[in-house]
Amino acid sequence: MGSLFRSEEMALCQLFLQSEAAYACVSELGELGLVQFRDLNPDVNAFQRKFVNEVRRCDEMERKLRYLEKEIKKDGIPMLDTGESPEAPQPREMIDLEATFEKLENELREVNQNAEALKRNFLELTELKHILRKTQVFFDESVPTVYKSSSAYSSAKYRRYLQMADNQNEDEQAQLLGEEGARASQPGQNLKLGFVAGVILRERLPAFERMLWRACRGNVFLRQAMIETPLEDPTNGDQVHKSVFIIFFQGDQLKTRVKKICEGFRATLYPCPEAPADRREMAMGVMTRIEDLNTVLGQTQDHRHRVLVAAAKNLKNWFVKVRKIKAIYHTLNLFNLDVTQKCLIAECWVPLLDIETIQLALRRGTERSGSSVPPILNRMQTFENPPTYNRTNKFTKAFQALIDAYGVASYREMNPAPYTIITFPFLFAVMFGDLGHGAIMALFGLWMIRKEKGLAAQKTDNEIWNIFFGGRYIIFLMGVFSMYTGLIYNDIFSKSLNIFGSHWHMSYNKSTVLENKYLQLNPKGDYEGDPYPFGMDPIWQVAGANKIIFHNAYKMKISIIFGVIHMIFGVVMSWHNHTYFRNRISMLYEFIPQLVFLLLLFFYMVLLMFIKWIKFAATNAKPYSEACAPSILITFIDMVLFNTPKAPPQDCETYMFFGQHFIQVLFVLVAVGCIPVMLLAKPLLIMQARKQANEEVQPIAGATSDAETGGVSNGGSHGGGGGPHEEEEELSEIFIHQSIHTIEYVLGSVSHTASYLRLWALSLAHAQLAEVLWTMVLSIGLKQEGWLGGIILTCVFAFWAILTVGILVLMEGLSAFLHTLRLHWVEFQSKFYKGQGYAFQPFSFDAIIENGAASAEAE
Amino acid sequence: MGAAFFPVLFFTAVWGAVGIGMPIMTPKGPHQNLIRCVLMLTAACCWLFWLCCYMAQMNPLIGPKLKRDVVAIIGREWHNEIVAG
Repeated sequence: MGSLFRSEEMALCQLFLQSEAAYACVSELGELGLVQFRDLNPDVNAFQRKFVNEVRRCDEMERKLRYLEKEIKKDGIPMLDTGESPEAPQPREMIDLEATFEKLENELREVNQNAEALKRNFLELTELKHILRKTQVFFDESVPTVYKSSSAYSSAKYRRYLQMADNQNEDEQAQLLGEEGARASQPGQNLKLGFVAGVILRERLPAFERMLWRACRGNVFLRQAMIETPLEDPTNGDQVHKSVFIIFFQGDQLKTRVKKICEGFRATLYPCPEAPADRREMAMGVMTRIEDLNTVLGQTQDHRHRVLVAAAKNLKNWFVKVRKIKAIYHTLNLFNLDVTQKCLIAECWVPLLDIETIQLALRRGTERSGSSVPPILNRMQTFENPPTYNRTNKFTKAFQALIDAYGVASYREMNPAPYTIITFPFLFAVMFGDLGHGAIMALFGLWMIRKEKGLAAQKTDNEIWNIFFGGRYIIFLMGVFSMYTGLIYNDIFSKSLNIFGSHWHMSYNKSTVLENKYLQLNPKGDYEGDPYPFGMDPIWQVAGANKIIFHNAYKMKISIIFGVIHMIFGVVMSWHNHTYFRNRISMLYEFIPQLVFLLLLFFYMVLLMFIKWIKFAATNAKPYSEACAPSILITFIDMVLFNTPKAPPQDCETYMFFGQHFIQVLFVLVAVGCIPVMLLAKPLLIMQARKQANEEVQPIAGATSDAETGGVSNGGSHGGGGGPHEEEEELSEIFIHQSIHTIEYVLGSVSHTASYLRLWALSLAHAQLAEVLWTMVLSIGLKQEGWLGGIILTCVFAFWAILTVGILVLMEGLSAFLHTLRLHWVEFQSKFYKGQGYAFQPFSFDAIIENGAASAEAE
Repeated sequence: MGAAFFPVLFFTAVWGAVGIGMPIMTPKGPHQNLIRCVLMLTAACCWLFWLCCYMAQMNPLIGPKLKRDVVAIIGREWHNEIVAG
């Protein structure tokens, strides 16, 4: 069959694989993606399994690949993604792959290490260069002399010192001069000032300065200058700002102290010769070394780039290969070893229709591995519930996802998805009905469908976009149906089309028109006699005074009509389930009373609506004139409560047709009579059946009674199960289940019918919002005149267009979507759908690689 | 009964063709049943929706209540001249 109406028939199979051929066979099955393996050693932990070593090796390879990927991304090299999926390599090729990755990783690490060392060297040299340049400024500042001395060196130093001290604040000057200035003035006494120069992070500088001041009691003197260009930190490649400093001090004690503080603040100290000539020489040396380093660094980077570019070409391919190998070994870990150790035993769920294809794949695998013994695929009998597998394509996938989001169908249960393909967009459109908004939505959907391949290829992490793109067919259909309902509502951006010419005509003369603010057309004279052929007459769009009254009456009725039909459709679906599972009891005592209940009460109400539409008209004489038209809702309430209806207006009749009272009483009585049938019949019959079975087959234990009771309660409270444990369900439990089920159904049918009124409410809200937007925004622009009016209109139109798309299409669309989803999940599916199955998750490379890529990106 | 013969027949025929004619002509294939189901549901929904709108206007109980300026504009734009007097 292979259709979407029910899930696929599944079989539990046992698979015997030759040890040599196992790898190739599993690889073939992975390409196929139609087999779900079961874990045969659930109590063996992950480290004790057979192929744990191989899995670990794959993990290691994957780690290396991720490292490579990270490096490639860091350099911004584009990775070649052909989208093709290479076959899983042979196990022996794994060693080659491992060697390749190992070599690449080592090479890369080495290059990186070298580069880092070089960079560190480079940094040091640059810092030194800066120190030499900046300190030159410090030293130069002291050239203008205030003091002459015979001892050239130390006095020059002292002059510098004085000069610098001048630039500092008063305190410092006072203190420093207080002691040393006095001493220095004594002739013959040599003042030996030491200094250290270094580089420190700029943000550490203030703290550093303070610390120095405090620890040395103000006896040191610090000069600093910023390095304008940020420097690169070799360990993490960040750009950091640094400053050059130079500290003057006197004596060895202070020197050690200053050095300790520098160490503590991670300042790097550099030797700085005292003589200007030495410094110049050193600066020259540094410059040449920097140049040399630059060439070497460039070569290292080139090498790294070459290695990465070569790796980038194959990276995606390698990822696929490694993930495939890993998946295969993971799967092999689920298998059981035969006693002889010659073959592996697997158990798997397989769609019955695909057994042939699977056999073929297995044969291919055997041939590839060169094994002589063919694998054996053996069907097994089981009592377990098979997984639910719905074969979907790109069109049906999104609809199936809507259903699965509620619950995966029980095995072989009716699948609502094929019906949802139409009912979902349609009910959405009833709420969203507007030709203009529908067209925007449909065009968006159509664009996504046309550009499908291109859009699917560029995978993004943008979740919202992925949701929209996944639901492109739903969006398209919702748009198309909204266009249709918009035509019927005759709404296009809240305006109407007058295609066929209104069927209402005015017969007022001028004086009447001038005298009255409002004029109501009379259905007796002004109406043509037959309605506007397609959709709503455009006259109602301009009938500002009573448009909503008319629309409410119409839209409420259609909501109930479609709601009741939708629910009846749901109940009929339960009939398909009961017949399929041969559940006669449920069929007779659940389905029939449910349907009768729904038909006699709610479908009868729908019929009353049609009768009212047909029988009552303003053109008719009493008792079928407009004044006599009864309210359907009041009639229905009176019917259910057995109230005597209120006396009708004069010349009118209480009832719409002959015998209505009798029919209503009969219907209500029968409907109420259905409730005890729903409530009691099934549990009582099951009880009886069990008793009989127990009496009759007392001596022969188990087997037959198992089958019978299993069959009876099959599809009752437990969907489609069948099996030994089914019998254990106690009678009291059955009673409770049944009563809950019944109460839910009876109360539900009332509340669900009312719930469909959301169709009316939302469509009214949508139409009103659109109209408000038109009158409050766009019409302002349309009323302007002259060339200025053109400009204003352009602006206003832009505003209106943004609001239309943002609020009316996106937000209203979202709200209508959610309401539709609710109508399907609750009101429709509660009538037949159990959704207690579990999804079929075949072992498939495509899924594994897709997931692997997604999770890698998420990291 | 305020129904006109032609529109009812026309739209019923159109949706009948979609809901009955096209499913019969659906080519054989793995998705034949699904396509049939889709077509039939589409036709049923759309036809009923049209029918409800048609019937709701068939025998009007009230007439549209128009503002004076709307009356004037309708008189001019829909060629429905207001009679003098």
